[in-house]
Amino acid sequence: MSLEALEFDAQGYLANRGDWSEELAKELAAKMGIELGDAHWKVLETARAIEAESGSSPGLRKISRRAETPIKSIYKLFPDGPAKLIAKIAGIPKPKSCV
Amino acid sequence: MTDTGTEKKRSLSVICSKGSFDMAYPGLILANAARMAGVDARLFFTFWGLDIVNENKIDHLHLNLVGNPAAPIPAMIAGLPGVEALATAQMRKEMERLDIPPVREFVEMLDDAGAALYGCQMALDMFKLTKDDLVPQVKEIVTAMDFLDMSEGAQIIFI
Repeated sequence: MSLEALEFDAQGYLANRGDWSEELAKELAAKMGIELGDAHWKVLETARAIEAESGSSPGLRKISRRAETPIKSIYKLFPDGPAKLIAKIAGIPKPKSCV
Repeated sequence: MTDTGTEKKRSLSVICSKGSFDMAYPGLILANAARMAGVDARLFFTFWGLDIVNENKIDHLHLNLVGNPAAPIPAMIAGLPGVEALATAQMRKEMERLDIPPVREFVEMLDDAGAALYGCQMALDMFKLTKDDLVPQVKEIVTAMDFLDMSEGAQIIFI
């Protein structure tokens, strides 16, 4: 499905999680100026896994611990608002956690 | 709206003026939320707020129960020895459950997240402290005027 045909909410998060695919993640990331490498995928998959298990989008601390990726590295991988960028690219809702 | 939110760079300045356990967190959490959302953040620790970044106090901040109308126990009991320590321990546990780290780790996390931490020159002088008494995450000691200069165009929050 092309990016244009997909539905996003007012803040830019994917409206229907069924629309998500790895291809789409790559496209969304590219639009944000990020080329996804292994380290990015580890973070994105962790965020998706936590969301699937707990039903709520994780904050960075949870992701950092489980993905064994230091907070500092997460900010390098997803500069300029990692919590939002990760959720958008991973196709999960805006995180409710403040940490 | 853009995907990255960088159209016009938002920036947040937090002034932390209180050093009790419960008043340390709001500023830290706000600054962290800002960084997570791509907003620049800087914090200014002044007066009792210096305790939050004081190497000798950071691990021992206490809840303020006496004189706090929101305290969950009567003031008479709150003032008894050990009660505040007990309540603080209880709150620490609660925070941990919510995945909110202890103050020292929170300060490290903010530094890793790219928030800038500043100590207040006048407060340091008043308490006869130097930069060496503060945790290494404090970048610089500045005056209130310096901090306001840095905060030009920023949203300022006083806690």
